Amino acid sequence: MKKFLYILAFTLLLSLFTRVVFAQDPTPSDDDVNAVAHQLYCPVCESTPLDVCPTEACRQWRDLIRQQLADGMTEDQIKQYFVDNYGARVLAEPPKQGSYWLFYILPPVIILAGAILLFRSLRTWTKPVAAPADNSAARSEPPKDDYVSQFEEELKKRK
Amino acid sequence: MTETINPKRGVPLWVQIVIWLFVVALLALVGVTLGKRQQGTVQPGDSIPDFTLPLFSGYEYEGQNEVKLSAFKGKLVVINFWASWCKPCEQEAAELQEAWKYYEPSGGVVFLGVDYVDTEPEARAYLKKFGITYYNGPDMGTKISQMFRVRGVPETYFIDQSGTLYYVKVGPFISVDEIKSIIDQKLQ
Repeated sequence: MKKFLYILAFTLLLSLFTRVVFAQDPTPSDDDVNAVAHQLYCPVCESTPLDVCPTEACRQWRDLIRQQLADGMTEDQIKQYFVDNYGARVLAEPPKQGSYWLFYILPPVIILAGAILLFRSLRTWTKPVAAPADNSAARSEPPKDDYVSQFEEELKKRK
Repeated sequence: MTETINPKRGVPLWVQIVIWLFVVALLALVGVTLGKRQQGTVQPGDSIPDFTLPLFSGYEYEGQNEVKLSAFKGKLVVINFWASWCKPCEQEAAELQEAWKYYEPSGGVVFLGVDYVDTEPEARAYLKKFGITYYNGPDMGTKISQMFRVRGVPETYFIDQSGTLYYVKVGPFISVDEIKSIIDQKLQ
């Protein structure tokens, strides 16, 4: 009885530090494949993600991803394989290297520059134009046109 | 007494210069990119720069698993871009192989198959299906097809003995005679 209790206690203790491991499904599901395919674009179609691309070529590439996942390759390794074979243009997200940095740098720079310009312009537009305090000459009425004067006199006469 | 007037602060000259340079550079970049896209394939008369084609196992050149275009200097080179998923490529596969068998003994003509964005198992199955024996390999990173500005497959480029492109065939060949007539005009 004492021996049984020891074995039970040992088993319980062991179960605290171990995880139950199930046999891994050898064939990755469509969701697994599409999770990777979604990060890649069809190299021969125009702007079509690989997971929704209906062509025969894309089906072949999805099969390839399934095989690579089954072989134990990670997402990054699969993506690198596609870049090596078909070029960086297959990546949904451009790599953070070389000239591809422009895709990350340019938009915020342009937005920032636009915001600064807009701010400066708005400030200029909303600020009233300052005028000299003593500018009686400037405030005096402009000389009347002869025709207008004559017209006003005619009106007075008719009243 | 006069009101204080704040002088209008303009954008400093150096900032204006930088902004304009930036805009001009950006427009130039867009222009060059669009120009290249509109340019089409390389044209007859263009000199073809050297490139390296990795070769499929079983398609080695003198025991090497890659070959340079410059290795064929003095020979007429036929470069065919194809893919296993390309149905029109299947129409001309047998014709290309037949033409290759016709010219192979002479040693003056070389056929190179460049497999464009494909998967290797399907590419191998395609080569086996059509019994293709001339040098073949994948276009790694699409570097070669970009160099030729390939718009689709199949496309075939004929390079003369001096390394100058002299004919471009877009689409599949109709017959072996069509291929022969293009090659023979430079062999005579």
